[in-house]
Amino acid sequence: MKPIITAKDLCLWYGQSQALKNIDIAIPEQSITALIGPSGCGKSTFLKTLNRMNDLIPGVKITGTVEYNGQSIFDQDVNLLRKEVGMVFQKPNPFPMSIYDNVAYGPRTHGIRDRKRLDEIVERSLRDAAIWDEVKDRLKKNALGLSGGQQQRLCIARALAVQPRVLLMDEPTSALDPISTLKIEELAAKLKDKYTIVIVTHNMQQALRISDHTAFFLLGELVEYGDTDQIFTNPADQRTNDYVTGRFG
Amino acid sequence: MKRSSNLFEGVIHGIFLILGLVTIACVLIISIYLIVSGIPAILEIGLVDFLFGTQWASTAAEPKYGILPFILTSIYGTLGAIALGVPVGVLAAVYLSKMASGPVKNTMGQMVSILAGIPSVVYGLVGMMVLVPGIRKLFQVPDGASLLAAIIVLAVMILPSIIKMSVTALEAVPKEYEDASLALGATPEETYFRVSIPAAKSGIAASVVLGVGRAIGEAMAVMMVAGNAPNMPDSLFQSVRFLTTAVASEMSYSGGLQRRALFSIALVLFIFIMLINALLNFFLKGEKKE
Repeated sequence: MKPIITAKDLCLWYGQSQALKNIDIAIPEQSITALIGPSGCGKSTFLKTLNRMNDLIPGVKITGTVEYNGQSIFDQDVNLLRKEVGMVFQKPNPFPMSIYDNVAYGPRTHGIRDRKRLDEIVERSLRDAAIWDEVKDRLKKNALGLSGGQQQRLCIARALAVQPRVLLMDEPTSALDPISTLKIEELAAKLKDKYTIVIVTHNMQQALRISDHTAFFLLGELVEYGDTDQIFTNPADQRTNDYVTGRFG
Repeated sequence: MKRSSNLFEGVIHGIFLILGLVTIACVLIISIYLIVSGIPAILEIGLVDFLFGTQWASTAAEPKYGILPFILTSIYGTLGAIALGVPVGVLAAVYLSKMASGPVKNTMGQMVSILAGIPSVVYGLVGMMVLVPGIRKLFQVPDGASLLAAIIVLAVMILPSIIKMSVTALEAVPKEYEDASLALGATPEETYFRVSIPAAKSGIAASVVLGVGRAIGEAMAVMMVAGNAPNMPDSLFQSVRFLTTAVASEMSYSGGLQRRALFSIALVLFIFIMLINALLNFFLKGEKKE
């Protein structure tokens, strides 16, 4: 499979402290790539580099290259990049507006005003995020009235509504109960037919259950990257082995 | 030992209670005084003639006590000040809370606080010396002391309360909302207008109501720039008199029914301000619920 995102020699500093060290990685299209590692290892930082959300933090310095679709992300219009590379956050963060307006927010931002088209997009996105049946009768209700798990699926629908090609997920289930977590995992597995998913997770079982490829980060370095099965059953690096067998982290 | 400390606490408690009651007593006494002294003239003149009479000629041989010109002037003046002050104030608040860098933000914030502390007579003075002649020259009118001058002065005077409260409301908007918007490809500006401001809307609405309260109650500055003639506010360049200035300008030499009518005007103003306070409480409660 051809890679959709490639990072070469990527380094990132927050002020004086280096958070990413010489990351080389190629993320293949239409698959799920899991980023694992202990807290503070740089996996979330790496994820946020991919849609340039790190640009918002003062004092960030980045060297090396990241290419999306064959072109450096730093040369692309950041708003168009973020439209193509969507994001789902750790804590469900629907806007304090109606369910409909939440999903329609992105398309409206990108210039779609036609009511009928918006209706279609909202329905399709909610269906894709496996939440349509639960909310179709209360689209006009405030999204903050939904349960945590529903809110997170709504956030996924909101991200899908702008038709991204890549979906970045930053520990999307860490604030959810096991049943909601399962739903999100099933959803991710389904979505990889259409989208490329990069997911940061603390939960190694989750990485093992849903991902095709796994990248293990430690202290800002990408220690090992490969097929999930291989990483978990036959890691090449001793540190990976220690981590996936639960010896630390 | 225990007993005496109980007694001591009891005394302190009592003192604090009395201090609290003094405040309440002030409010009650003022309210009752206004109602008692304001109602007789209204009864004498007739409620409809008083509230909807278009002529105020308190010292004429056949005196007329219609306060519609004052009511309308106060309403127009306040609405005008809101129309000018709210866009400026809210946009300034967006800049201060979201865009300004540290030092700029601090300096500007302090300037806004100073603006809030300037005595209203100083606003009036500057308005008299700069604004009034300016309006006369710019619009080629015989006298610049007008509704427009009052509106502009009031707009500046309500800016600090609008800016401060709106900044507080905007800064309380969770960053997650803004991140979500940016991650969807919205620009920062779109994010402020479509996510941050709507999320802070009850706080911003409260700031507007607070501004209304300040504008409608202001007397000194508008007295100095509005011309103070009891005309109907037919145009922006009309010399006009507000509810507050109607009371202030005649009180010193009034007597009889005229004096009682001034109390009635104060009562009308008081009712306006009570309504505005109720509205403010409503918005602040709404914010707490969210």
